[in-house]
Amino acid sequence: MKAILTLDNLASGLVTTIWTPVFVAIFLAIIAYAFWPRNKAGFDEAASLPLREE
Amino acid sequence: MIFAFGGNVLLATSFYVVQKSCHVRLAGYLAPWFVVVGYNFFILIAGTGYLLGVTQGKEYAEPEWYSDLWLTIVWVVYLLVFLVTIIKRKEPHIFVANWFYLAMIVTIAVLHLGNNPSLPVSFFGSKSYIAWGGIQDAMFQWWYGHNAVGFFLTAGFLAIMYYFIPKRAERPVYSYRLSIVHFWALIFLYIWAGPHHLHYTALPDWTQTLGMTFSIMLWMPSWGGMINGLMTLSGAWDKLRTDPVLRMMVVSVAFYGMSTFEGPMMSIKVVNSLSHYTDWTIGHVHSGALGWVGFVSFGALYCLVPWAWNRKGLYSLKLVNWHFWIATLGIVLYISAMWVSGILQGLMWRAYTSLGFLEYSFIETVEAMHPFYIIRAAGGALFLIGALIMAYNLWMTVRVGEQEVQMPVALQPAE
Repeated sequence: MKAILTLDNLASGLVTTIWTPVFVAIFLAIIAYAFWPRNKAGFDEAASLPLREE
Repeated sequence: MIFAFGGNVLLATSFYVVQKSCHVRLAGYLAPWFVVVGYNFFILIAGTGYLLGVTQGKEYAEPEWYSDLWLTIVWVVYLLVFLVTIIKRKEPHIFVANWFYLAMIVTIAVLHLGNNPSLPVSFFGSKSYIAWGGIQDAMFQWWYGHNAVGFFLTAGFLAIMYYFIPKRAERPVYSYRLSIVHFWALIFLYIWAGPHHLHYTALPDWTQTLGMTFSIMLWMPSWGGMINGLMTLSGAWDKLRTDPVLRMMVVSVAFYGMSTFEGPMMSIKVVNSLSHYTDWTIGHVHSGALGWVGFVSFGALYCLVPWAWNRKGLYSLKLVNWHFWIATLGIVLYISAMWVSGILQGLMWRAYTSLGFLEYSFIETVEAMHPFYIIRAAGGALFLIGALIMAYNLWMTVRVGEQEVQMPVALQPAE
């Protein structure tokens, strides 16, 4: 039997396929966050965190 | 070595780093002790089980169901101690080393549960059967196996790199942005790389190709970490000459770069058709385990022991130097012997005569590899001697090391 397009396998297909664009979007958002100019000062401070502790 | 030595190094450093970088004490009074004692009890029952033949008979992670259940409890407490410490931190930012530790703890929990749903045959017997069958079981095993490499032996030890190298070199992390990007790239990619252990098996072809593709992509985040670790020494390169502890950690990062270049290369199907099942794999694993995991752990221990026992420094830097050179020589002998032996073995396996018969019998390949096994044993012995020198040095640091003078707060010079 050939697979027939039903609401059921359309839904499961969509759910399994949607992860790729969702993950790509999340990753792009992370890159934007990392390179956002306003975040630079905070990151520079975080980079020396091991050096200032008591 | 991986779970007994590496696991204890991860417990010790993670508990130290999370307190220092969050500026709070560990959460719980008994819970951290339970994690340390409980984990070592797991190692004990799993290890003695192996010796008595109590195993699930797998290629990897084969303690029986009762050890697995015990480890689950210990690991959940570990996660809680770590998380609650982070939640009650006084430093607003969560330092990058803590992300790597947390990724390690969470992913190992997921892998452990995925790889071990087994049904005991009886209540008081050790035997159990796994829920997965056939190729699914193999795929689960290598999903576990490769991500144990990715999250236990990589993420966990990258956390050590991100705290101990800046601290020892007295330099900030080279690029915090790079650490964010390569952390998330590593997290997104690693989990897919397992199928490269099952090339040319009953695993569907597309799954093998998927595993290969993700393994090649992993090269980038891996080298992102290596570059960040090495470049943290910018402005402090001269310390490599005078500080053998820092040198050990930097060489470990170089080994990390080397083995994470080799890994993606070996995951390519045509390369794998030669390298798979041969000693080449053993050489690859040991350049990572001895060079990267071993050396970064030794470096961390050399830092941690004087700090924890409040000593001015190590008992002897000269002995660290001896350890460094003896162990480096050992690793180089070990891995180069395994490369030559592995490629030789692979080429002999695929050699045909003009009539189409296999040219060599199995025992002929073993005979040809004999000299390389002697070199390998010599390399391993040198590495062990280095570790014994370290054990002596650390012991003497605690026993006779000079106490750091603690000035009363009122007498400290203003900064």
